Amino acid sequence: MALFGFKHGVHPPEEKELTSGLPIRRMPYPEELVLPLRQHAGKEAKLCVKVGDHVERGDPIGLADGFMSVPIHASAAGVVTAIDWWPHPDGTMAQSVHLKVDKYAPQVPRPRLVPKWEGLTVEQVVQAVQNAGVVGLGGAAFPTHVKLAPPKDWSVHTLIVNGAECEPYLTSDHRTMVEYPERVHFGCRVMMQTLGVKKAVIGVERNKPDAIAALERTKPADLDITILPLTVKYPQGAEKMLIQAVTGVEVPSGKLPVTVGVVVQNVGSLAAIAEVFDTGLPLIERIVTVSGHGLKRPANLIVPVGTMLRDLLAYCDGVAVDAAEVIIGGPMMGQAQSNLAAPVVKGTTGVVVLTAAETRAEKVYPCIHCGRCLEACPIFLNPSLLGDYARVRRYDDMADLHLADCMLCGSCAYVCPSNIPLSQLFQASKVALRRAQQAQKAGAA
Amino acid sequence: MTAPKLIVTASPHIKSLDSTPQIMWTVVLSLIPVVLSAVFFFGISALLVIAAATLSALLTERLLGRPGSLSDGSALITGLLLGLSLPPGFPLWMACVGGAFGIGFGKLVWGGLGQNAFNPALVGRAFLQASFPVAITTWPKAGGPFFALKGDLFAWPFLHPNPDTVTAATPLGLLKFEGKGTPLVDLVLGTTGGSVGETASLVIIACGLFLLWKGYLNYRAPLAILLSVAVLSTILHAIDATKPDAAFMLFSGGLMLGAVFMATDMVTVPVTNLGRWVFGIGVGLLVVVIRVWGGLPEGVMYAILFMNALTPFINRATQPAVFGTRTRATT
Repeated sequence: MALFGFKHGVHPPEEKELTSGLPIRRMPYPEELVLPLRQHAGKEAKLCVKVGDHVERGDPIGLADGFMSVPIHASAAGVVTAIDWWPHPDGTMAQSVHLKVDKYAPQVPRPRLVPKWEGLTVEQVVQAVQNAGVVGLGGAAFPTHVKLAPPKDWSVHTLIVNGAECEPYLTSDHRTMVEYPERVHFGCRVMMQTLGVKKAVIGVERNKPDAIAALERTKPADLDITILPLTVKYPQGAEKMLIQAVTGVEVPSGKLPVTVGVVVQNVGSLAAIAEVFDTGLPLIERIVTVSGHGLKRPANLIVPVGTMLRDLLAYCDGVAVDAAEVIIGGPMMGQAQSNLAAPVVKGTTGVVVLTAAETRAEKVYPCIHCGRCLEACPIFLNPSLLGDYARVRRYDDMADLHLADCMLCGSCAYVCPSNIPLSQLFQASKVALRRAQQAQKAGAA
Repeated sequence: MTAPKLIVTASPHIKSLDSTPQIMWTVVLSLIPVVLSAVFFFGISALLVIAAATLSALLTERLLGRPGSLSDGSALITGLLLGLSLPPGFPLWMACVGGAFGIGFGKLVWGGLGQNAFNPALVGRAFLQASFPVAITTWPKAGGPFFALKGDLFAWPFLHPNPDTVTAATPLGLLKFEGKGTPLVDLVLGTTGGSVGETASLVIIACGLFLLWKGYLNYRAPLAILLSVAVLSTILHAIDATKPDAAFMLFSGGLMLGAVFMATDMVTVPVTNLGRWVFGIGVGLLVVVIRVWGGLPEGVMYAILFMNALTPFINRATQPAVFGTRTRATT
């Protein structure tokens, strides 16, 4: 077997053994759910309920606002108790709907909110996926139906399925592939047929042999699906890295994957597409890895969207005494939480509780130009120089050095011996640059 | 569940275990065998010279540097390297001046760790070379009783050092001024005249390999230096047999010490890997040019300092090609 991977990258401790062998279990409904209207990339959903409304499981509470938007659905039957601004896992506040879960409701769906897939036209599939509120479950929460309708001036030849799951700790995709490989393949079938592509490649890091075996075992005979074992390296699951590993082609700087004829979708999202068409229910729950050495009982859980972190952590027997940081997502790119009232949203791949010993030290040393960040950056940027520029606010020079290509994977900051918060500097610089460009545009207009 | 006290940091929330002080202290550790070999060959005199340079470097860092900057270990490296590059029997007050100048003008005036353009130890040494040209080229003989004080260690400032010292020219000096060679085995083992820490080539190579194994040494610049010196001197030797051959060039003078410990100073060499090759080749060429055609017998110090000056330009010229802007290698 040849090695499929990319150049540079880092090898953080995987820490996946905490949960990689634990079967997915269903978490019971908490007493209250909080559903932010913004859970996806694009425009946030338009509120369509009011305080006091009773909703059934799967009823919409927010409607899609245009094509680059998806609706939000109630994850459980209950009563809308409040609509307010509430902590969002991305660190901001977001308009959110509070649901008091009806303890005695059977929580069974109304008959089929999503039509059966068989016999639908391409447009109907795209519409159904949008109406079901399906987004990419790998973290970025990009609306899935948009990927099903790529711009017509590019032809797509391959569907690449992202089963790399390179973030430490996270095992939700891994368990999905092990336990629901048929769903992954069915989701693959839906996407391939809708996109009209003949070929699909599922890339899985080779540290998940059971997932590769399960996918191979259940592979449908009539589809051209290849399961490709990838080198174990962070960030193998980054879109551009995965495309290079699978096809050998570099996505040009500043361009979308479709320009090289591929569409990338995460395995969890494919399983979600399959589930939506199977059960007729929209996307109202997702698989979340709850893990970390600061957590008493790590688990892979099916969690209703809107479950607050404190309820989720309490269900996992709470945090250990030395718990120091609660992160939504993985430790490399995830968001640290300041408020455990923030809810699980559609893009929440995992919740990781780090101990004090694992977190970054506060002390930052000057850059000694050791060059490790250059050898870590999968995009071949010069984080050392970019960091120097960021601190003296030379944002235009940073733009010339391809700051826009930085995907904030954190590899540079991970290896930096001087503990310089490079990702943070670059994120702030990107924001500053965007503001400056907007101001320039406004000035010119 | 009681609410834990949470910290909130930007991603990534985990970090590799290496830290800048750890790198620096590991380099210090790797310099200990070199110091020991210096003491082995030159006795207590070597230890005194190294200690004088080191203590004055540390004191200067403590007095003029940022608070707590001693703990990162970099000033200690500068002091040790300066001491190792001085002759045994070098007046101690001069060594102190070198250490203070190296840290003060080689590092602190630039803004401290990570900011300086030139290797601080070599800045100190270049200052000494310019100020005390006689003392720094007086090479007492190796060997002798351990506690024998070589040269004029305790000379008073601004008095002429005591000239009646048993000296032995360095192999490069012998070659340049007297046209004599030195047996290769002496060069490799270090039983020749020279600066206290530069003679034991094998020890230096072993320490470099240790750092390489630890992942704290980028092999490109030192390898480029050694290769370019070897290739160039082999060519010159083939053209004119009176010119030294590659083995002599590699194992004489401060080449090993410079290649392993000074051309790998991360702060003052290019940050790109390609740039490190360029830097190393440049140093190698300059070393050969100075040694073969220059007025000085040895040129490692000036070669490295000169290439230090070019480092920003090398960096600029060797930026890596960003992903997605390169021509497609495969389709």
